[in-house]
Amino acid sequence: MRLNPYKRELSAALAYAVLLIAVAIIAPSFFSVGNLRDLALNNAPVLLVSIGMTMVILVAQIDISVGSQFAIASVAAGALAKSGMPMPVVLVFVVTIGAMMGAVNGALIGLVRLPSIIVTLAMLVAWRDALRWTTGGEWVQDLPVNFQWFGLGQRFGEALIVIASLGVFALVAWTLRNLAAGRAIYAVGSEAEAARLAGIEPARVTFAVFVLMGALVGFAALLNAVRFSTVPSNAGVGLELKAIAAVVVGGSAITGGRGRLIGTLIGVALLGTIGTALTFIGINPFWEKAIQGAIILAALASDFILGKAERMRAAHQHV
Amino acid sequence: MQATTLLRAVDIDKSYAGVHALRQASFDLRAGEVHALIGENGAGKSTLIKIITGAVTPDAGELLIEGQRISQNSPRAAKQLGIAAIYQQPALFPELSVAENIAIGLEESSWLTRVDWRRRRSRADGLLARVGARIDADSEAGDLTMPQQQLVEIARALGADAKVLIMDEPTASLSEEDAQNLFSVIRQLRAQGVGIIYISHRLEELPAIADRVTVLRDGRTIDTREMAEVDRQRLIKLMVGRELSTVFPKKEVAAGDVLLELRQLGCGASGIHDVNLSLRAGEIVGLAGLVGGGRTELARTIFGLTPADEGEIILRGKRVQINSAAQAIASGIAYVPEDRRRHGVILDLAISANITLASLDRFSSLSGMDFGREKQVAADYTHRLGIKTPSIFAPVATLSGGNQQKVALSRWLVTKPSILILDEPTQGIDVGAKSEVHALMTELAEQGVAILMISSELPEILGMSDRIAVMHDGTIVTTLDRTEATQEKILALALGHGVNEGV
Repeated sequence: MRLNPYKRELSAALAYAVLLIAVAIIAPSFFSVGNLRDLALNNAPVLLVSIGMTMVILVAQIDISVGSQFAIASVAAGALAKSGMPMPVVLVFVVTIGAMMGAVNGALIGLVRLPSIIVTLAMLVAWRDALRWTTGGEWVQDLPVNFQWFGLGQRFGEALIVIASLGVFALVAWTLRNLAAGRAIYAVGSEAEAARLAGIEPARVTFAVFVLMGALVGFAALLNAVRFSTVPSNAGVGLELKAIAAVVVGGSAITGGRGRLIGTLIGVALLGTIGTALTFIGINPFWEKAIQGAIILAALASDFILGKAERMRAAHQHV
Repeated sequence: MQATTLLRAVDIDKSYAGVHALRQASFDLRAGEVHALIGENGAGKSTLIKIITGAVTPDAGELLIEGQRISQNSPRAAKQLGIAAIYQQPALFPELSVAENIAIGLEESSWLTRVDWRRRRSRADGLLARVGARIDADSEAGDLTMPQQQLVEIARALGADAKVLIMDEPTASLSEEDAQNLFSVIRQLRAQGVGIIYISHRLEELPAIADRVTVLRDGRTIDTREMAEVDRQRLIKLMVGRELSTVFPKKEVAAGDVLLELRQLGCGASGIHDVNLSLRAGEIVGLAGLVGGGRTELARTIFGLTPADEGEIILRGKRVQINSAAQAIASGIAYVPEDRRRHGVILDLAISANITLASLDRFSSLSGMDFGREKQVAADYTHRLGIKTPSIFAPVATLSGGNQQKVALSRWLVTKPSILILDEPTQGIDVGAKSEVHALMTELAEQGVAILMISSELPEILGMSDRIAVMHDGTIVTTLDRTEATQEKILALALGHGVNEGV
């Protein structure tokens, strides 16, 4: 008997469904339009970063520098807008800055072949301190009026943020499944040497994935920044943990080569909702982090158990 | 004088997944003797050693040490009984000092025992002196040369009061002078009553060091002789000594144009040098040699994985430089690697995705993968090669070894190669799948594909090849024609002897 190939995603979806049903019974006011809109807006940037993180984890790497990249991109977005640049140009610049930061990671990890955990730890510290040194800890204030909501008005801007995030999600999900590039990502993450022998260049694939990761962080930073009237220089602290947790909860294997973007979407939704949901149910929000931690451990444990079951089954068939 | 028998293995049987590695193998070792163990690749030497050191449990047979039957052998039990092994690649901890390396496994201590550094050092000095090594016990093991590291391993074995010392190709990476030094250490140990099992491919050194010799072939111990009674020629005969047992589906194909020519090809990084070879359309060239002779390294260089830095590759009459696998594939070269599970297929991916992996650009465009065509091609090859699976979308991990190999082959047939390099194409797969692979090779040759087949199985080499190139020490020593090749000749050449001398 073959395990359902979507089993990992299904268990996350099931957990989310249980949470939503519990909330629906105990505190139906959770499902107010305003609350749902806030949740969607808060989690849209996390989703974008998690999409990038999914690809990074699929190629069996990790990026813990995304929070610091996010801060730099946010401040850059504010500063560029303040200098009078039109918003479409700001968008291009911020995404490019993100891609360039990603390229630094990608070059050191993919081409020089340094371990990603160390490289991105160094970048986490370096970008954050570089920003502190440049801004002196000051926030970007007095933003031009066309910065907030892209100058489109709140309703329209809000819709744009959610649509853009889901659009990127759909595009990347389609690419991973339907383009040769997606195959290459899975192949490199499963067994880099085997991929190399099949004519794929793992160094290039890894580099490209980190560049994309950076570009997505840049985009996420801009979508987040336009919601507020100031840009704090401490933006994005802890973002890497949120993204990695969402990917793992969504069923991707931390060892690479296995996972789907739909799982990441569920992971972002589950971890992003739980804090608010607890408040509505009336549980002390003090428990939020503990419950998130438990969910991550449960996801890892189920991954381990499913993996073990599969290995045992494979062993039985071969010997 | 008849010395006491230290170790006796009687009628040992061992099979892996239905393949017999050892059949009723028997072996004995006396105190104060050097007993050589020889045989071709896959003859069962390493399995026998693993059974003696307790790493592997035999299916049947007995192991006796000093007359005592050992019912439950394990690495730990073997060590306590005084059995120590030294492998070709020294297994020291490079960051630890020599004294610490020697102490590990010798000192019985609990977690809270305080280390007596002075004693540890003096013991190391004493043991190193016994093997005649002038090595500072405080130096880091990683800084020592290969022969020095081997001496440290021998010292460690002596410290464990080893009565039985197993040495697996100890001279493989040593210079002549270092080998002579090692021999004098071995003679000294022999004089102290240690029994030594000595595995080597270098038949010429055996008369100088061995007292007796046992020949293994196809998992059986063929013969045990006094070393003084036999010569090299006799030993080679005993090592191969079998007739072609299987019928190979070989067909004569008129060789076409020269597709690939190697001239003085070399690659410093992988140790191959001065390789000359030509490969014609419709021809199967067998690449024979011992493990470590450079066969896989040569294949990887042709395929651009470790690009050549000397000599020329001439492809269809044009000189080319191949720097990556992608470039090799684009030039019509395919390479089915030896390590099927790790390199030949991607276990997590579906059969269909594995089959198209090396020719993805032909199945995809910016508008997405052509899943219909992928499915059709995968189904076609699954059918043609007889891959047994319920679905072409099942992960390759669910297939048997032979079927995985067929998936690996399919991947490369989809690229429509004109040059196909097969590295041990039938290793570890069952007899049925084996002959299917051979039939497929014949079919491809008839279609004009040039095949370079690496194999450690001499019957396969002799049965399938039009010509046989024999490698030794990183280069092709001779290319034999199908009609003139014999197992003895190939083995003699692979062992580094000329065709005319000796055999």
